Amino acid sequence: MIWVNAILQGILLGGLYALFAAGLSLMFGVMRFVNLAHGDFIIVAAYLTLGVCETLGVNPFLSVLLIVPVMGAAGYGLQRFLFNRVLGQDILPPVLVTFGLSIIIQNVLLDHYGANGKKVTVGALDTASVNIGGDLAIGSLPALTFLAAVTIISLIWFIFYRTSIGRILRATADDAEIVGLMGANNAHTFAIATMLATAVVAIAGGLFAMRTNFDPSAGPIRLLFAFESVIIGGMGSLWGTLAGGIALGIAQTVGGQIDPRFQLLAGHLIFLIILAVRPRGLFSRRMS
Amino acid sequence: MTSMAPAILARLQNLSAGRPFWKALIGLLALVALAVGPLYLGRSEMRLLVEIFSYLALAQMWNLLAGYAGIISVGQQAYVGAGGYIFFSLAMLAGVPVLLAIPLAGLIVMVIAIPTGWLAFRLTGAYFAIGSWVIAEVFSIIAGQVTVLGGGSGISLPTSIVKSISASATGREMLLYWIALGLAAASVLLVWALMRSRWGLALTAIRDSEIASETVGVQTYRTRFIVYVLVAGFTAVVAAFIFLQKLRISPEAAFSINDWTAFVIFIVVIGGVGTIEGPFLGVVVFFLLRDTLADLGTWNFIIMGTVAIAVMLIDKRGIWGALRARGMPSVFPTNRVLDMEQE
Repeated sequence: MIWVNAILQGILLGGLYALFAAGLSLMFGVMRFVNLAHGDFIIVAAYLTLGVCETLGVNPFLSVLLIVPVMGAAGYGLQRFLFNRVLGQDILPPVLVTFGLSIIIQNVLLDHYGANGKKVTVGALDTASVNIGGDLAIGSLPALTFLAAVTIISLIWFIFYRTSIGRILRATADDAEIVGLMGANNAHTFAIATMLATAVVAIAGGLFAMRTNFDPSAGPIRLLFAFESVIIGGMGSLWGTLAGGIALGIAQTVGGQIDPRFQLLAGHLIFLIILAVRPRGLFSRRMS
Repeated sequence: MTSMAPAILARLQNLSAGRPFWKALIGLLALVALAVGPLYLGRSEMRLLVEIFSYLALAQMWNLLAGYAGIISVGQQAYVGAGGYIFFSLAMLAGVPVLLAIPLAGLIVMVIAIPTGWLAFRLTGAYFAIGSWVIAEVFSIIAGQVTVLGGGSGISLPTSIVKSISASATGREMLLYWIALGLAAASVLLVWALMRSRWGLALTAIRDSEIASETVGVQTYRTRFIVYVLVAGFTAVVAAFIFLQKLRISPEAAFSINDWTAFVIFIVVIGGVGTIEGPFLGVVVFFLLRDTLADLGTWNFIIMGTVAIAVMLIDKRGIWGALRARGMPSVFPTNRVLDMEQE
C-alpha cells in the first residue's frame, strides 16, 4: 500500500512539475528560446504571492490571481525589451543573458529577503486531506494543484488551437520569418508567448509557495525539474509535458520511499534513461 | 574534411602570423619573468597568481568549448568536482603519489566524460546547457553519498599527503605556483596548437556553419565530441590541482556552479568569446572587480550578472573582440587568411 501511496503522491507532484514545465515548453516551442532564469521566475512568483498575502492580508489564492497579470506584463516587457534583442542563430547570447538574469534575481532576492526559508500558509488547507479508501489519503492542496495543472494546460491548448492569437503563435513556431512577411509583428508575438509563459509561472510559483518552503536559491533546481519534464514528455507536446511531469514526480516519490537520499537522484535517473533510450521523449510531437 | 580540395586547404593554412619572432621572444620573456616569480613575489601575491592561473586555465577550456566548438555548457562544474574527488580518492584511498594523481584524475575524467557526453550530446543548443547542468547535479549527489570521502560534509587531505610534495611550506608554495603557471601556459598552448591544426580548421568551419562544414566532409559530431572529452579532462586536471591547493573538498565546494561555471563564463564573455586573448583580459577584469567589490557581498554577483548581460547587448565579442574590430593585431593568431600571392 505504501507503494500505491507513493505513486499517487508522485502523480499529484507531477501536476506541479507540469506547471513548472509549461512555460518553458511554450517559449521554446514558439521561438526556440530557453530561459535559464525560468526557475528563478518561479521563486519570484512565490515571493510576490507571499508579499501580497502579507501586505494586503488577502487569501493566498486571491493573491496568486492578483500577481498573474503583474507577472504576465513583466514577461511581455522582458521579452520585448531584452530577450528579443538576443534572439537569433547564435545561442550564446540568449543563454548568457538568461543565465546572468538568473544570478541577478537570486542575489536581489537574497539581499532583500535573506537566506531563510519562507512559506505561504493556507490555514486549514495546509494539512487537509481527503480519504479515498484503505490507508490512502490525498492532500487537498496537492490535489488542487494537479487540478490547476490540467485546467491550465487545457487553457493553453484552447488558446493555441481555438483562437486567432493561437493560430499566429503556431504559425510563428513553424516559421517566424514567413509569418513576419505575412504582416505579423514577430516581436509582439514572441512577447505574447513569454507573457503567457510568465502568467503560468505566476500560478505555478504561487501554488509552490503554499506547498513547500522556498528560499532565494531554490530556483535552479526547479528549472531542472521543468526541463526534465519537458524532455521526458517530448518537446513540443503540451499533454506530453503533463505526462513528463507525472513521470518525474512518481520517480521522485517512489525513489524517496526506497531511501530518502535517493529521491532527487531517482528523478534525474529517469530523465537520463529517457534521454538514452528515447531522446525524443515519450510523446514527441510538434506543437502545431 | 578529407574531401576538401588540398589546394584550397594549403592556401587556407597560411595563418596570419604577423611578426612571429618578436612575439615569441616577448612571450618567452614574460613566461620566464613569471617563472622566477617566487624570487621576488610575496606570499599573498603568489597565492593570488595561483588563483589567477587556475581561472585562466579553466576559462581557456570553457572558451575552447563555447567559443570554438560552439558547445554552450553551464555544467562544467561536473568535471571540476569529478576531477577534485577522483584526485582525493587516488591520493587518499589508493595511495597514488600526488604529482601522478593529478594527471591520472584527468585521464579518468576523460573516460567518464565519454558516456556522459554521449547522453548530453542528444540535446542541442540551449537544452544542452541545461542537460549539462543536470549531469553536474547527478555527480554532486553521487559525491555526497561516498562516505569514505566524508559524504555531504566533505573531507580534508591528510598532512602526510600534503607533506609528501615537499617537506617545507616554502617548497610547497613554490611547487604549487609552478604547477599553476604550467597549467595556465599549457591550456593556452593547447588551444592555440589545436586551433592551428586541421582540427581547428574543422572547428571553425562547424562554428560558422554546421551544415556547410558537413557537406565538405567535416565530421561535426566526432570533432565536437573529442573536444568535449578533451576539455573535460583538462578541466579535471586543473580541478585536481585546485583542490590539492585548497586541501579540502566537499560536494558544495566542488560542484559549485558559481565558482566553476558562472565566474568562468564571466571571464570568457567579458574578455572575448572565441579568442585566446579574451580570457587573459577577462581574468584581469574579474579579479579587479572581485577584489574591489568584495565588501558588497550579493551586489558583487548582481554587478557581474549585469555586466555580462550588457556585454551581450552592446558587443557580444567582448573587450578583445571589440579591440580587434578596431584594428588591434592578434597576439595568438588562429584565423586563416587566403593567400592570394601563391597563385
